[in-house]
Amino acid sequence: MNDHRRALRGWLLCGAIGFLLVPWYALQDTVLGVAWLRTWGSKDNAPALLQVLAHGRIWLAPLGLLLLAAAGLLLPSLAPRVRANALLAIGAAGFIGFFVQGFAIVPAGWAFPVLTDAFGALAGKQYGMGLGAALVCIAFGMMFSLGLAGRGFFRGDAFVASCVVSVGVLLAVFTFFPVFKILLQALENADGAFSLPAFFERLFTAKIWGVGCIVGNTRCGVAWNTLILALLCAICSTALGLAFALIATRTSFPYKKVLRVLSVLPIITPPFVIGLGLILLFGRSGLVNQFLEWAFAIEPTRWIYGMQGVLVAQIFAFTPISFLVLIGVVEGVSPSIEEAAQTLRADRWRTLLDISLPLMRPGLANAFLITFIESIADFGNPILLGGNFGVLSTEIFFSVVGAQLDQGRAATLGIVLLVMALGAFFLQRRLLGRKVYTAMSGKGDSGLPILLPDGARRLCYGIALPWAALTVILYAMALAGGFVETWGRDYTLTLKHYVKAFGLEWGAHGIIWAGAAWNSFWTTVKLSAIAAPLTAILGILAAYLLTRQKFVGQATFEFGTMLSFAIPGTVIGVSYILAFNVPPIEMTGTAIILVICNIFRNMPVGVRAGMASMTQIDKSLDEASTTLGARGSTTLRLILLPLLKPAVVAALVYSFVRAMTTVSAVIFLVSAQYEWATTYIINRVVNGDYGVAIAYCSVLIVLMLAVIWLIQRLVGERRLGRRGVAAAPGGGVGQVGGSAA
Amino acid sequence: MKAASIEFRSVSKLYGDVAAVRDISFTIEAGKLVTLLGPSGCGKTTTLRLIAGLELPSSGSILIGGIDVSQIAASERDVSMVFQSYALFPHMSVLENVRYGLVVARMPKPQADERARAALATVGLQGFDARLPSELSGGQQQRVAVARALVLEPSVLLFDEPLSNLDARLRRQMREEIRELQQRLSLTVVYVTHDQAEAMAVSDRIIVMNRAAIAQEGAPRELYEQPSDPFVAGFMGDANRVRGTLARRNATHADVDVGGVTLQLPHRGLPDGDVELSIRPEAVSFVPATGAPLTAIVRKASYLGGLMEYTLDTRIGELFVISTGVEAPHGVGTIVGIALAAHGVVAIPPAMAN
Repeated sequence: MNDHRRALRGWLLCGAIGFLLVPWYALQDTVLGVAWLRTWGSKDNAPALLQVLAHGRIWLAPLGLLLLAAAGLLLPSLAPRVRANALLAIGAAGFIGFFVQGFAIVPAGWAFPVLTDAFGALAGKQYGMGLGAALVCIAFGMMFSLGLAGRGFFRGDAFVASCVVSVGVLLAVFTFFPVFKILLQALENADGAFSLPAFFERLFTAKIWGVGCIVGNTRCGVAWNTLILALLCAICSTALGLAFALIATRTSFPYKKVLRVLSVLPIITPPFVIGLGLILLFGRSGLVNQFLEWAFAIEPTRWIYGMQGVLVAQIFAFTPISFLVLIGVVEGVSPSIEEAAQTLRADRWRTLLDISLPLMRPGLANAFLITFIESIADFGNPILLGGNFGVLSTEIFFSVVGAQLDQGRAATLGIVLLVMALGAFFLQRRLLGRKVYTAMSGKGDSGLPILLPDGARRLCYGIALPWAALTVILYAMALAGGFVETWGRDYTLTLKHYVKAFGLEWGAHGIIWAGAAWNSFWTTVKLSAIAAPLTAILGILAAYLLTRQKFVGQATFEFGTMLSFAIPGTVIGVSYILAFNVPPIEMTGTAIILVICNIFRNMPVGVRAGMASMTQIDKSLDEASTTLGARGSTTLRLILLPLLKPAVVAALVYSFVRAMTTVSAVIFLVSAQYEWATTYIINRVVNGDYGVAIAYCSVLIVLMLAVIWLIQRLVGERRLGRRGVAAAPGGGVGQVGGSAA
Repeated sequence: MKAASIEFRSVSKLYGDVAAVRDISFTIEAGKLVTLLGPSGCGKTTTLRLIAGLELPSSGSILIGGIDVSQIAASERDVSMVFQSYALFPHMSVLENVRYGLVVARMPKPQADERARAALATVGLQGFDARLPSELSGGQQQRVAVARALVLEPSVLLFDEPLSNLDARLRRQMREEIRELQQRLSLTVVYVTHDQAEAMAVSDRIIVMNRAAIAQEGAPRELYEQPSDPFVAGFMGDANRVRGTLARRNATHADVDVGGVTLQLPHRGLPDGDVELSIRPEAVSFVPATGAPLTAIVRKASYLGGLMEYTLDTRIGELFVISTGVEAPHGVGTIVGIALAAHGVVAIPPAMAN
C-alpha cells in the first residue's frame, strides 16, 4: 500500500510539471527544442496555471483543483480503501474533464452550437494540446489506475493496472477515435451538418457499386473491382502458397532453403518493387514488348496496366505470405496421423485427400482470408499498375489529394473498405477461434511426414517452380533497372541514378548531401528507428497483459489490439487526417503523426509475436517469481523479457522494416518537411523517373538486409531464449530430457 | 524462521458461476505440515494458490499469522511456494535462481549469495551453483526449487504436488527429506497431493477435499479408520463397500451383522437398521472353508512379490483382499473361508445430499 503512495507522488509530480511548468498548448515550430523557454508565459507558450490566471482560460482551472485534491491523498493516515476510491473518482473526473474541455472548446470558441446557445459566446479559445496537457492527462490516467489497483482489480498490481489503462487509452485515441471520426465525416453533408441522405447518396453511387462491366459497356464500381481482384488474388496466392508449402515439407526437393529465402524477400522489399519489375518486363518499353516488336513487329501495348497487372503483382507479393501461413499448417499435420492412415491400408493419394488436406482446411481458409485482406488493403500495386482500373484504396487517395478534395467521399469509401476488411477479419476469427496460438502443441508427434504422391508432386513443381523463377527474374530486373541509362531505349550501364538520388559532395564545410533522396531517406530511417522500439514495447506489453494477466474486459482488449491490424492503411491514413488535423490533438504535418501512425499500424504484429512466444513459457515461472516477492514489472523485466528475446527481436525487426516500406497510410500524412522514402519513390514513378525509383528501392533493400543482420547479431546471437523455452521444466521432466537430445 | 498459522474463514473462489472452492473454513497451526488431499479438480490447488495470493478470494477472509491478507498481492505476502513443475528460471543458474527472491528484495549481492549457498546446503546441493536448471536431474531441480523457496525464510511454505514429476524411488526419498526439513526448521507447510500414501506419510494433519469443499479433516489415522463419508473411505486407501444391519447398541458400540457374521463396531451415532460398511482389504483373512461363517470363491489372484491380491465372490458382494500369505496362495476357482477383523471394518454415514 505504501507503494501506491510512492507511485501517487510520482504521478502528481508529473501532473504538476505539466500544469505549472511546461507549455500547455502545442508549440508552432519545435517538437523538443527549448525555444519556448524564451517566450515562456506568453499567450501561446504559457503553462496551464498562467493560462488560467493571466490569459483567461479559466476552463483549465478545475483540472488544477483536481490535482490539488489528489495531493491531499498523500496523507499517510488515510485508509487505503478510501484513498483508492478517491483516486478512482479524481482520476476519472480529471481524465474525462480533460477531454471534455478539449473537444468542447476549439479555436472558434465553443465547438458545438448547443454550447454557445447554453452558455453564450466564449471569449477565450484554444488550439491543439501540447506537452503540458499530455503530462496532466497521463497523471490523471495513472491515478485512475492506482485507484483500480487499490480496489483489488488486477490482483492489486498497480503496474498491471497502469499498463492496461495506458494501452487501452492509446488504442482508443489512436485507433478507434480516428475510425469514429471517419464515420462522423461520412455522415456530414457539404456544409458540415449531419445528414443521412448525403451519406446514402455518396454510398450508393454507381462509381462504387455500378455493374456496368457486366450489364453494359461502362466500368464497374470500385467496390466490385476491389472484391473481384481480392478474390482472384486470394485464390491464386493460396493455391501457389500450398504448392510451395507442400514442396518444402513433403518432397525431397533439393533447394528448399532457397524457397524459404524467397519467402522473406517481400517482407523487406518496398511494396512496389515487384510492380516496377513487371513494368520493366511487360510495360510499354519493357523487354517482352520490345522483343515482340523487334521480332514480329507487334505494336507495344499497355496491357500490363489494369486489373491483370495488379493481380499478377499482388499474387507475386502475397504468395510468400500464404506460404508462411501454410508451411506452419502443413507441418502441423501430425505425421503419426498420416502413418495411422497408411497402416489402415490407405495409399499416399488417399492419405493426402482423406486425411492431410481436410486437416489443413482451417489453415487454407486462414491463408485465403489473410491474402484477401492484404489485397483489398493494398495500395502500392494498384497505384502503380492500375491504370484506369480503380480500387477502393486508390480512389480514397485520389478523393483526398486529387483535384476533388472531397473528404466526405473519402470517408464513405473508407467505410466501404473498412467493412470489407473487418468482414474478412471476423470470418477469420470465427473460423480459427483462439486455435492460432495453441495449434502447435508439439506433443508426442513422431514419425516422418510422408512424401507426396508422384502426380501431386509433379503438379506442385509445375505450378510453383516457374513462378519462383519468374519472381527471381522480376527482382533481377528491378535491380538491373537502376544501372542503365533509360530502360527500353538506352541500355548503357551507368551510376547516374544512384548519384542523382544519393550523391555526396565535399564542400567547404564537409560533406554535402547533394542527392535528391537524402532528405526523405534520413527522415524515414530516423522516424522508423524511433517507431520500432516503441512498437515493440507496446506490442510485447499488450501481449504480456493478454497472456499473463486476467482482468475484466480482457476479451475486448484483445479484440481492440487485433482489430487495428485489420484496418487498411488507406483508411488509417484518411482517418488520421480527419482526426488529427484539428484541435484538441493537432499534429498533421509533423513527424509525430508519422511515428504514431507506424506504431499503431504495426503494433499487432508485435502483439502476435509476443503472444505466440509467451504461451510457450510456462505460467508457473511468473507465479514463482511473484511468490518470491517480485511485482509484475520486475517479473516482466527479469524473467519474461530475457526468455522473450527472440520475440523482441522479431518485433523490432518487423516493425522497423514495415515502417520503412509502408506506403498506404503515410502517403496521406507526409509533408514537404517530412517526406517518406516510399512516397518519394512513388512520385518519381509517377513522373516516369524509373531509374531513380529503382535505385532508391535497391538501397532500401540493402539497408534493411543490413539492419536485420545487425540486429540479429546484436540481440539474437545467444539464442538463450529458445533454449530456455525448450528447457523450461513446464512440460515436466520428459520435456527436459527431450530437449537435451 | 517465524512460522505462522493459517486460517480460512468461509472462503469461496468463483470463476464465473463455477465454484473452485466453496465456503471452506479451516485452521492450520504454526509449525505443522498439513496436506490438502483430493482428486483432481477438487479445489486443493486453488486453495493453495489462495494462500499464496496467486488467486484472491471471491468472498471470505484468509488470515496468515492472525493478519487478514485476503486482498494482499502474492508478491507482498510472506509465503513461498514450490511448484509442481519447479518453475526454475531456465535462463538463470542455480545460484541466480536461489538468490532471486533476495535480489528482488534489494539485498546486496554478496550477502544474497551467502544466504543462497546456505539454503542450497540445507537441501544438500552444493557445488552446482553455476549450472543451468536444464543441466540438473529431476531430483536436483526439486532441491533447487525448495532452496529457492526456503531462502526467504517464509512464515508459510507451500508445496504443489512437488513429487509428481519424480520416479517412484526418488519420490519416497524426497518426501522424507521434505518432512525432515519441515520438522528440523519447524516450518508451517501446506502440501498438495492427490496421492493418499504420500499424504499419510508426511502429514501432521490431512484436509480431504472433494467437489470444492472440505470432505473431512483430521490426523492420518483418524481419516483412515473413521472416514466421515463413503468418499473419504474410498479415497483414503482401498475399501470394500458392503451393506450390513446395525442392532443392539450400547453407549459407543453396536452389533453389526455382515452376511451372517456379527462384529462389535462403534456405531458412530448411526440409527439401527441398514448401514453401509467399509472393509479394508487387509481386514479380511483366510480360514478353513469348512465351518467358516463366510465362504468365498477366488475369482482373481495376483502375485505382487511381498503380497497377494485377491478378488473374491462372496454372499455380501465382491471383495478386494490383500494377503501376506504368499507361501501358499489360493488358486482361482477354489472355495475359501474368510473372517473379518473388527479393526478394519467401519460403519460409514451415508453421503451428504449434495
